[in-house]
Amino acid sequence: MKIGDELPPLAVDPISRTTLALFAGASGDHNPIHIDVDVARSAGLDDVFAHGMLSMAYLGRLLTDRFPQERIRSYRVRFAAITPVHAQPTCTGRVTAVDDGVATLELAVTLDDGTTTLTGDATVAIA
Amino acid sequence: MAIDPARATALEIEPLTVTLERGRLAFFAKAIGQTDPIYSDIDAAKAAGHPDLPMPPTFVFSLELERPDPFTWLSALDVDLRRVLHGEQSFTYHSLMHAGDTVTLQPRIVDAFSKKGGALDFLIKVTEVRRGGELVAEARTTIVVQNPEVKA
Repeated sequence: MKIGDELPPLAVDPISRTTLALFAGASGDHNPIHIDVDVARSAGLDDVFAHGMLSMAYLGRLLTDRFPQERIRSYRVRFAAITPVHAQPTCTGRVTAVDDGVATLELAVTLDDGTTTLTGDATVAIA
Repeated sequence: MAIDPARATALEIEPLTVTLERGRLAFFAKAIGQTDPIYSDIDAAKAAGHPDLPMPPTFVFSLELERPDPFTWLSALDVDLRRVLHGEQSFTYHSLMHAGDTVTLQPRIVDAFSKKGGALDFLIKVTEVRRGGELVAEARTTIVVQNPEVKA
């Protein structure tokens, strides 16, 4: 593992309302703004939008697909844009540093229209 | 700003003790499209050397949502949940957690500040997760509250 190495990108299915309903129940985040269009409209939005933590979970799959989970030391993201219903996220990661047996990866989630919804990084023990 | 920083950082949030359920972790794996069987199949998890299903990296965030009303800390600060955005999330991991583990969470609000002339309020919450006294993970959440009535 060296600087510049890229993880195989992870493309997930387009976000459906069913996905949001399942994720609300499974994650415990029942905020209706993600599952109830009436509530979304009462807040001035056209529609519900995906939980940020759903995208972070997808990006976590990118990491655990490549590394045993116990090697992940830290993982953080900044939520840059909301993910609308029907958008199709792709997760990417690239090694930006290798130091003392620990790799730092730069991470992102990008939608099919080019919007970057999440940026972040993780540190992973590789020794 | 709508949120008083002194009041926010002084807010006492009760600790929460949670036991990780195997079925719940399998449900979470399904909801995020996880295809690696160690996260949903006990036999696959054991074959990979785990005592039970491992808790995936971002489920730390879900532990805290196990309260009957997980957003009380926001309503205590008069925050309208419809105006809340998740700004940033970070985790530090010290040890894996598995189904069957019982952990205790202690959240606290460590910072609160305002930007854009009060149009946006920021709350930073840090939660320590301990298993029998051992610190197993820390979570840091940045919540952004939009105040559309404030013109920046």
